This record gives sequence, structure tokens and C-alpha cells, in this order.
Amino acid sequence: MTIAVTKLRVEEKLYQNRYLVDPGRPHIKVRPHERPSANLLALTHICPAKCYELNDKGQVETTSDGCMECGTCRVLCEASGEIVWNYPRGGFGVLFKFG
Amino acid sequence: MIEEEFDAIVVGAGMSGNAAAYTMASQGLTVLQLERGEYPGSKNVQGAIMYADMLEQIIPDFRDDAPLERHLVEQRFWVMDDTSHTGMQYRSDDFNEAKPNRYTIIRAQFDKWFSRKVRQTGATVLCETTVTELVRSASGKVIGVRTDRAGGPIYADVVVLAEGVNGLLGTRAGLRKMPKPESVALAVKEMHFLPDEVIEQRFGLQGDEGCVIEAAGTISRSMAGLAFLYTNKESISLGIGCLVSDFAQTMESPYVLLDAFKNHPSIRPLIAGSEVKEYSAHLIPEGGYKAIPQLFGDGWVAVGDAAQLNNAIHREGSNLAMTSGRIAGEAIIEIKGRNQPMIRRNLALYKTMLDKSFVVKDLMKYKDMPALIHTNSRNFFMTYPQLMSQAAQNFMRVDGTPKIEKEKATTAAFIKARSRWGLISDVVRLALAWR
Repeated sequence: MTIAVTKLRVEEKLYQNRYLVDPGRPHIKVRPHERPSANLLALTHICPAKCYELNDKGQVETTSDGCMECGTCRVLCEASGEIVWNYPRGGFGVLFKFG
Repeated sequence: MIEEEFDAIVVGAGMSGNAAAYTMASQGLTVLQLERGEYPGSKNVQGAIMYADMLEQIIPDFRDDAPLERHLVEQRFWVMDDTSHTGMQYRSDDFNEAKPNRYTIIRAQFDKWFSRKVRQTGATVLCETTVTELVRSASGKVIGVRTDRAGGPIYADVVVLAEGVNGLLGTRAGLRKMPKPESVALAVKEMHFLPDEVIEQRFGLQGDEGCVIEAAGTISRSMAGLAFLYTNKESISLGIGCLVSDFAQTMESPYVLLDAFKNHPSIRPLIAGSEVKEYSAHLIPEGGYKAIPQLFGDGWVAVGDAAQLNNAIHREGSNLAMTSGRIAGEAIIEIKGRNQPMIRRNLALYKTMLDKSFVVKDLMKYKDMPALIHTNSRNFFMTYPQLMSQAAQNFMRVDGTPKIEKEKATTAAFIKARSRWGLISDVVRLALAWR
């Protein structure tokens, strides 16, 4: 399976969801790095919203617009300082219609 | 913004937070509840099954107006390989009773209802408010919170941390550690909508009767995991969850697993023609008794998922959340009634009361299960499901092979896969952990 097909599949799923994005205030940041750790690299596969992707330099970048705030990345990468995780401001972020 | 001081601040409006706020406010305590979502439930995700007994202890007449989907009359446990499932099924007309025992619910709707009940008791509920920090006195006692709204800190005698499995406040304040990757599962879920009569036909249901399927096996690709399918009134909640540590190791994608489960020949016909309206993801505490953190301290208690109170073996969480919230509320009422300060020594009452309840007793019973399943996931979620499926097919298929040879082949397959000693040891370890 190609990455493009996988990405399309997630985007179709996320398209069903309701979000209120807080422009210019991403609630997750990846610390600049040369080479990602195993856990950080794993996020490019296991983040359920596919918020993490590899750039062409082999570094991990994040776009948190589709984030469902599950906390998987926080459990794996916050303690090591590789990511900084905060809740979105009140009212922003994912808004589950059904949950 | 808010000048006054409250008896209690509850952080979070999920099951445990609502239970705590309701319990305290209905006994006359001044309660402020803070929720970061646009409305209560907008950040909450669950399967979801709600257990009546634990809600009855808080709101006895909840059936009058709570948004309930279906009461459960049937439970199916499936062990799956790629083309088959071997099942155990229990269905009883006894579950068609005046006050049914278990219901499917849709959390966003249920939580709005629960929050209305909380407001009716006189509690102040503020949504769209993210609590950013606990405020502590010079001696370290928690005395209030700071939020992302304008204004200074808000003070209370005690703060109830009902902030969920991914709660930031308690971990940042050093009150508890972050859950370990092997102590939490990542679950993804979709809401599939179908007309109610189609759901009733497909599952053999009448009226508000409901059916639940829980399935384990090769669908989790050797990770420790569980898939589920719950019937709601006009929708099916369907999902799969596996330990975060296993995801990190295998680098499997949760949405790929979810789509494979949906396309499994045993599941596909049940959801055929449905319209998907939401995709969600959530962490589930799986560490059991040994993962329970410190539950109380000077000026604070932790309840529900924030305290890792989830029974992974029985897939019960919301009832442990509601009960821990209620008990925390009752402990706080008792301490206040004695005019005692909300300090660590007094709030230990919460843990004493919780230890006597089913919450801690159940988790204690299964204290060794999480480690057993975590360290043997390949056997329990890949090897045994395949063996079981082969054995069932061998038993069913009539092809002229003498039965004695069929039996020998099945026995030989089990021994080849796990060895005699391995089989015995698996049974003994499972029995000991279950006991």
C-alpha cells in the first residue's frame, strides 16, 4: 500500500469530523531535531489522524489541525522532550458530534 | 471573572466529573465545574456501554429522560482469524426487564443530559474553559486553578481532577506520572448510521433490544487488542484498540486496522450500506490495579480515567468512573460536614471508601492480567486464534478423514505451535492471573 492511499483514507475519515481550528496556535509542536527517535518516527504511522509526517530531510513534522486529542504522541514523546503538547484553548480543537 | 471561592472545583465534564459535581452540589456544596469542550461531551469518546446500577446510585430515575440507545439482550465474544470467527454468545429474554442492566449510549448526547442534571443541582458549569494550571499554597496544598479565560485564579477548598486519561494537570503538577505506553490502549472508532429496522433485522432485535460483539484475534495483527461493534438505535459504533506500546513497536496504523476489521467477512455484511458520520480516537487505561496512581493529596483527589480506573478484562470504564466520582464527592461532603480541612490525611477517606467498593476489588482481582497479556500478546492474539479457528474448521468440515485422525491433527497443531510445556504454562498462568 502506498503512503498516498493511506493518507487519502485518513483524510476521508477526518473529513466527517467537526473541528474549530485555532489559527496560528498549534497545540502540538515538534522540537527541531536532526534525526527522529524510534518513537517519534513511529508517530508517522500510528497517529490516528496522521498528524505526523516525514519531510524530505528525514525529520518529523506535525500539522495538528486534524488532531483528535487522544494523547498517543504525548504518552510516547512528551517525556523525552521531543514534542510539546498542550490542550487547545477552550472551545477549540476537535468537537465530537457523537463521541 | 469569578471572585467567590467554591467548596469544590471539578475539572472535566465526563462520567467521573459529572458524578462528582452532581453528588456534591446536590448536597448543597458550592461547585464549579470546568470543561474545555464547546459543550459537555464534545471531547469525550467511549464505545459506549453504560451500566445502569452505577448511574441509579446517583440519579435513580435516570430512565425517565436520559438519552439511552438500546438495552443489551445479547453479547457475542468472537475469536477471529482472517476469514473466520469462533464465537461464544449469550442472549437472554431476562434482560428485557423493567429496569434493564446495560444500555448503549452516545456520549455527546448522554454527557449533555448528565450535565443538565448537574446544573439543576445548582452547580456552576463553565464550558470552553481549559484549566491550565493548579494553584498551590506556600505549603504545596492545591487551593485552586488557573484557566485560559481572562482573570485571575479561582479558589476552592478541594479540586477534583476528572480530566480524563490524557489529563495534563495532574501529571504537570507532579501528582502522578504519565501513563506508560504499555498501560494505555489507543482505540479508533467510527459511527455507522443505518435505519433502525435494518439494525433490528441484522441482529435479530426487537424494539429497543441491543446486541454487542467483542472480538479479538488476528485483526490486531499480534498486538494486544480488542475490536468491538455496539448497536445503537440508528447507528452502529465500531472500533478497535491496541496497546500504545504495541503500536509503537509494530508501527501498524490504527485506521488500517479499523478498515481491515470493517472488511472482515464476518463484519462487512453487518454494516453494509451504512453511512459513516464520525471517526474518533481515544486512549483507554489498561494497566489495571498496578497502574493506579496516587488518588488524593492536599487539596485534591483524582477520579475516573485520570486515575486509570478501568477494568480492561470486563471492558468496564464508565461505571468505575461514575462510582469513583460519586465516592470522591461523598468523601468530600463527609469531611466538610466534620468541618475538617481538605488535606491529605482527611482526603484519604476517599481511597478508604473506594477500596471497599467494586472498583478497587475488581481491579485487584485482575492485577496480574495486564502484564500477562502484554508480554504474551503474540500467543493470545495471533497463535491461539489461528489454532482455534483451524480446530473449529477441522471439526466442522466433513471430508472423509476419520475423526480420530482429525483430532490427532488438531492436537498436533497446538503442540507444534506452543509445545506441551508452553500450553500447560499458558493455561496455568492465565488461571492464576484470573483467580
